[in-house]
Amino acid sequence: MSEDDNILRSSLQGDRLVLTALGPWTAVHAHDLEPVIDRQSVPNNQVRAVDIDLSQVKPLDTFGAWLIERLVRVWNARGVEVRMLGMPEDYRGLIDEVQEANTKVVPVPVPQNRVIVVLEVVGKTIVKIIDATKLILQMLGQVSVVGARAVLHPTKFRWTSMVVHIDRVGWNGVPIMLLVTFLIGCILAQQGIFHFRKFGADIFVIDMIGILVLREVGVLIVSVMIAGRSGSAYTAELGSMKMREEIDALRTMGFDPVEVLILPRIVALVISLPILAFLGSMSALYGGGLVAWLYGGIDPDVFLARLREAISLETFLVGIIKAPVMAFVIGLVAAVQGLQVEGSAESLGARTTSSVVISIFLVIVLDGFFAIFFASIGM
Amino acid sequence: MAALSKEVVLSARDVVVAFGERNILDHLDLDVYRGEVLGFVGGSGAGKSVLMRTIIGLIPKREGIIKVFGQYLDTATEEQLVAVEQRWGILFQQGALFSSLTVLQNVQFPIREYLNVSERLMDEIAVAKLEMVGLSPDVQSKFPSELSGGMIKRVALARALALDPELVFLDEPTSGLDPIGAGEFDELIKTLQRTLGLTVYMVTHDLDSLHAICDRIAVLAGGKVILTGTMKDMLASEHPWLKSYFRGKRARMANLES
Repeated sequence: MSEDDNILRSSLQGDRLVLTALGPWTAVHAHDLEPVIDRQSVPNNQVRAVDIDLSQVKPLDTFGAWLIERLVRVWNARGVEVRMLGMPEDYRGLIDEVQEANTKVVPVPVPQNRVIVVLEVVGKTIVKIIDATKLILQMLGQVSVVGARAVLHPTKFRWTSMVVHIDRVGWNGVPIMLLVTFLIGCILAQQGIFHFRKFGADIFVIDMIGILVLREVGVLIVSVMIAGRSGSAYTAELGSMKMREEIDALRTMGFDPVEVLILPRIVALVISLPILAFLGSMSALYGGGLVAWLYGGIDPDVFLARLREAISLETFLVGIIKAPVMAFVIGLVAAVQGLQVEGSAESLGARTTSSVVISIFLVIVLDGFFAIFFASIGM
Repeated sequence: MAALSKEVVLSARDVVVAFGERNILDHLDLDVYRGEVLGFVGGSGAGKSVLMRTIIGLIPKREGIIKVFGQYLDTATEEQLVAVEQRWGILFQQGALFSSLTVLQNVQFPIREYLNVSERLMDEIAVAKLEMVGLSPDVQSKFPSELSGGMIKRVALARALALDPELVFLDEPTSGLDPIGAGEFDELIKTLQRTLGLTVYMVTHDLDSLHAICDRIAVLAGGKVILTGTMKDMLASEHPWLKSYFRGKRARMANLES
C-alpha cells in the first residue's frame, strides 16, 4: 500500500475512511490511478462514512475527476455517505460535470446461443445472396431499358463518355493483357511438350494450344483480368461518386445515373473485351509457337500448318462469342456494387472487393454453362 | 498590457508559408495566452486555415519559428512532438471522424493509442466525453455516416477533447450549423473551456461566436496579423477591411441580436 500513499493516502478514523488525494490526477497518470481507486473501493463493513480530501490534487482533469466520481458512486451504492473536502474552486465545474456522466445505463447485448448465431449467419448470407441477385436483375432491366432508348435515339447516347472508357478499359489495357496471355501461352506449350513428349506426341501440343486458347483460356484470362482491372475501377468510381452525393445531384437534375454513368461504361466494356480477348488469344498462340520452336524444336512452318488443321473458324467463334456476355456481366456487377457503397471508406473497399469476387465467379460459372451449351449443340 | 503577464502557450514568429511564388503567410507573428479563447478571423483565402495547419504541422513553412508549450516544434525530436501532440486537440472543419469506426471507438482512439488504461475506464471516459459535448450515450454505436452535421461536430469535439488537452484548435466549429445549433455549440465550447481550463484557438467566420465567446480576436490580412484585441478594439479600428467586416450589414444584424 506504500506506493498508493503517493496518490491516495488512506486512514481509518473510527468508522470514517479518510482519503487524501495527492499530486497530478490526469490522463497520463490514469494507468496508475485506476488500480488505487479499485483498491479503495473494496467493501469494508466498518466504514460508515468516507471523506475525500482534494486540496492537494494538482492538476485535475476529466480522467481524475471521473475516477473520484467512480469511487464516490461505489460507496454511495453501499449507503455510505461521501464528502468531498477542500475542493479547489477551479475543479468544481469539472466535478459537477462528471457527476452527470455515465448515469444512463446503455443496454448491453446479451450473448446468444452459438447454434442460433451460426443459423443467423447462414440465414443472413442467404438473404444477402438473394438480394444481390435481385439487384443484378434489376440493373439488367434498367440497363436494357436505357439501352433500348439509346438504340431508338442514338443522339442521346453519351458517345464521348463511351470513347473515354474504351480508351481506359481497352486501349490502356492492351499491354498488360498481351503480356499475361503471352506468358500463359508459353506455359501451356512448355507443359504440353514436356508431358506429351513421353508418348512421342509432341505435335499434338499444337492442337491442344490452338483449341484451348481459342475456345477457353484466351477469353477466360482476359475476362478475369478485366474484372480485376476495370470492374474494380468502375465500382470504386461509382462508389465514390455515391459517397460524395454526385449521383444524387445527377438524379435531382433529372438525369438517370444508369443512362449517364453506367450505360456508356458497360458498352465500352462490351466493345473492348472481345477485342482484348482476340488480341490476347493471338498473343497466347504466339507465345505457344515460340516455346514450341525454341523448347520443343517444332518449326514455325510446321506449327502453323498443324494449327490450320487443328482449328477452324468455329473454334474461334465459340471463344469470342462468350466475350461480350462476360463483359456485360462484369459491367453489371461493377455497377450494382458501386451503387451499393455507403458513407464509409470501409464500405467502398468491401464493395470493390465483392465486385471483383462476384464477377470472376460469374465469369467462370457462365463459362461452364457455355461449355455445356456448345457441347450439346455439337460445336 | 495585462496580457503580457500571462503565460504564452503558443507563439509564432516571423512565419512564412508560400505556395509556389505566392506568400500566403508573410512574416506573421502571433501569441496565444493560457486560458483564453482566441478568435481568428480573415477573408476567405486569407490563410486562416493555412496558419492553423502550419502550427499543427500539416503544412511546411519556409521561415519562422513556432513554439507550443515552450517547445520549438522544428527542433523537437519525435518523442517531444508526440508529447506536444498529446497536449493539443484539433477539431477539423468536416469533423474528420474515422468512417470505419463507431462514435465510441472514434472518441476512444487517442486514449487507446496513447494511454495504457483499462477497457472499462476507456468506455466510461468516452461516454462521459460524449455526454459533456451534449450527446446521448445512445449514439455511441453509430457510425459517422449515420450522424447529422451537428452531431459529427460534437463527436469530433469529443474526440479532440479525449486526452484532456490544454490547447484546442477549432477550424470553423460553427460552420454548417443552423444559428440555434451554432449558438449552442458556442455555449458548449465556452462551458468546456471554463470547466477544463482550455486554451482555445478558433478559426471562425461567425460574428456571433466572436461576440459570444472570444476573449480576444486576431485578424489576418495580407499574410500578417494586422490587429489583435477585444471586440471593442475591432469596432474602433479604421482599417477598411475591419470596418466592412465588423460594421457591415451582416455584422450589424449580429450586433442587433446580441
